[in-house]
Amino acid sequence: MSNEATLHSQDFLHHGHEADHGHGNGHDGHGHDHHHEETFISKYIFSMDHKMIAKQFLITGIIWAIIGAFFSVLFRLQLGYPDATFPWLESILGHWAEGGRITAEAYYALVTMHGTILVFFVLTAGLSGTFSNLLIPLQIGARDMASPFMNMLSYWFFFISSIVMMSSLFVQTGPASGGWTSYPPLSALGDASIGSKIGMDLWLISMALFVVSSLLGSLNYISTILNMRTKGMSMTKMPLTVWSFLFTAILGVLSFPVLLSGFVLLLFDRHGGTSFYLSELFVAGKVLPNEGGSAILYQHLFWFLGHPEVYIIILPAMGMVSEVLAVNSRKPIFGYLAMVGSMFAITLLAFLVWAHHMFVTGLNPFLGAFFVLLTLLIAVPSAIKVFNWITTIWRGNIRFTPASLFSIGFVSTFISGGLTGIWLGNSAIDIHLHDTYFVIAHFHIVMGVSAFFGMFAGIYHWFPKMYGRYMNQTIGFIHFWITLIGAYLIFWPMHYEGMAGMPRRYFDYSNWASFNQFAELNTFISFVVIIVFATQLLFVFNFFYSIFKGRKLTTPNPWNATTLEWTTPINPGHGNWPGEIPEVHRWAYDYSKDGKDFIPQTVPVSPDESGH
Amino acid sequence: MDNAVTANKKWWSGGSSPFNVSYGKLMMWYFLISDAFTFGALLIAYGTQRFMAEAWPDPNVVFHSFPFMGHADLPLVFVSLMTFILIMSSVTMVLAVNAGKYMDKQSVVKWLSWTIVGGIMFLGCQAWEWMHLHEVGAWWGQNPFPNADGTAPISTNFTDFFFTITGFHGLHVTSGVILNIIVLVNVLKGTYERRGHYEMVEKVGLYWHFVDLVWVFVFTCFYLL
Repeated sequence: MSNEATLHSQDFLHHGHEADHGHGNGHDGHGHDHHHEETFISKYIFSMDHKMIAKQFLITGIIWAIIGAFFSVLFRLQLGYPDATFPWLESILGHWAEGGRITAEAYYALVTMHGTILVFFVLTAGLSGTFSNLLIPLQIGARDMASPFMNMLSYWFFFISSIVMMSSLFVQTGPASGGWTSYPPLSALGDASIGSKIGMDLWLISMALFVVSSLLGSLNYISTILNMRTKGMSMTKMPLTVWSFLFTAILGVLSFPVLLSGFVLLLFDRHGGTSFYLSELFVAGKVLPNEGGSAILYQHLFWFLGHPEVYIIILPAMGMVSEVLAVNSRKPIFGYLAMVGSMFAITLLAFLVWAHHMFVTGLNPFLGAFFVLLTLLIAVPSAIKVFNWITTIWRGNIRFTPASLFSIGFVSTFISGGLTGIWLGNSAIDIHLHDTYFVIAHFHIVMGVSAFFGMFAGIYHWFPKMYGRYMNQTIGFIHFWITLIGAYLIFWPMHYEGMAGMPRRYFDYSNWASFNQFAELNTFISFVVIIVFATQLLFVFNFFYSIFKGRKLTTPNPWNATTLEWTTPINPGHGNWPGEIPEVHRWAYDYSKDGKDFIPQTVPVSPDESGH
Repeated sequence: MDNAVTANKKWWSGGSSPFNVSYGKLMMWYFLISDAFTFGALLIAYGTQRFMAEAWPDPNVVFHSFPFMGHADLPLVFVSLMTFILIMSSVTMVLAVNAGKYMDKQSVVKWLSWTIVGGIMFLGCQAWEWMHLHEVGAWWGQNPFPNADGTAPISTNFTDFFFTITGFHGLHVTSGVILNIIVLVNVLKGTYERRGHYEMVEKVGLYWHFVDLVWVFVFTCFYLL
């Protein structure tokens, strides 16, 4: 069964042709003269074209990123300027910031929503949703996803989930505020805090919808990659991006359902009078009847997703960085099979390390020893990948584009954040460092900043494929340098605060003499946060401005890359290739080979060519 | 779909499905793996809580009633009947799938209808069992059953897990019945005959067998152990 037969591609062929003629009018100029009419709704809203769905994920993700990052600015104002008042805060937050200073409840809500939004809505849906959708069919040579309809549903479940989460910001008692992990008993008992009331229910409903969206998307990605590759595209000829999306989807399919089970039990504890997670509790002086539950059970269920989740976030970034670095160094990726093997190892180990988040929650220390070993083992594949990236750019003919700079920045932050992971993976050191700013610094650098850098690299690199225009390079360079330096200035000092024992999730440190020494440092961090946030707005401006006014592409292959997405027309229609899907003859990394700058995957291997 | 296997075909080199299956069937398999993790998480959660509990009710005492039999002590008889019905519905599903392979529309209709009847009967049995348990005071957050060692229950974990997990399984059976009905309607309309294959029957068949298999584990955990 071939791809052609599966998709009845006759329809799509027409699309492609007309898109090819129409690209002079800009990315959206060809939508209205197709022989079967596409309305605005079917093209932009309920679209089944993977490229449009990718853009929907991306733009929704960008909106969420602005909100999530803005929340961090708000709570950093509290941390950096605990005595100051900002009357404008009261204008936008009302009684949540009475007198211009955010309340403790608002602070916890902001922290919780910042984590939830960035981890799930931006770096999961916004990152892997965008690029899996955009790149899988284009890079493996398929006309669309295996099931375009399910793909559309995947976006719309994400959209509904977004709406529910967004609406929780506006309920009277505020959104969930028990931390992005929502540990019971705090999250299970509405009387425990106002952030555990209706906001918590909306949070759980939104997350359940999110799991459905993720499942629909991931099933599609896996089946598409396995089933729909064009002729000649064997698994080992796939670009590393596609491998990374495959492993990401596998992680999602296997770990999100466990989270869903955990949430189902939590909902029953909240509203069904059950005692899955609750035992021997007092709330506001009242004894609760619940007996026999275990709060640690929730942590197991949560972190069985929670840990793979960090790889769901970082793997797509790794794949895109590999691709961008090879293209912009004009060199083949170093150690292709080692890259695939290490991603496989990471995927496997991702399921076996969850309890390292629980070293101090009452886990049997004997059990902890195994999790220490397995956790530290992840350093091996991670190091292999880092060495391969560095050897890829080593002596390369590097083109410094915003995409390649962000990729190099990714390698930098992945190293500096990854090394502190080796500290935290030790259960003994974790006794001192857990729940301090050291942890904040670690995971923000290795997973937050790195994944964002991977995402930025992807956006700058594939923007021409998405919109047929370039993003502005100069703004891109400004964006990169301020973000890189700013990220280090924000998170590097937090290591010292953490080592000094400064705990995370505190509203106000001024009552602790031991943390007063950091007051000025905190002010400095908050100051940098504001600058970096403003710079991200510059990026957002660049993104939307370039969609309409960016420099137009004149060639379908602007980066001289080998992969299949650049063999499509500048503005590919639904179906991607106007004619036959090209056949693939070689791997994706024939750069600077036999005196040629690059050889596209579609070029047959000639008999006198050297091996690789 | 071409099922002929040529000896030298390179399955993984692109241009064809490496497992020689359609994407839909592939997706169903991956979905089932995913769903297995959902049930796995619930059952493991149940297992750990039960392992930590000092005492637990005796299923032979809890599940000893049968409709219209009054107070007769018939331990596990009713649930055995339920299980038998569900497993028989799997057998009829196999026959429906097999008939589909031979493009035998009438047999597909017959066996698929029996499968739906079996599914509805199972759900009916479950509804009776839940109502009966509710009447004797069991529900989420209420556990009237003494432990096997005769002590009074201190935790509601037994009923909490029972209703949550059998309910979650019941939801799966319900959605399975709905899917089967949709497919049956399509069979009657001749959709698959025009399409040239009855693969949809096979796909809902996979789901149905999975739901059956899960019941075996649920049954073991709550009624036998």
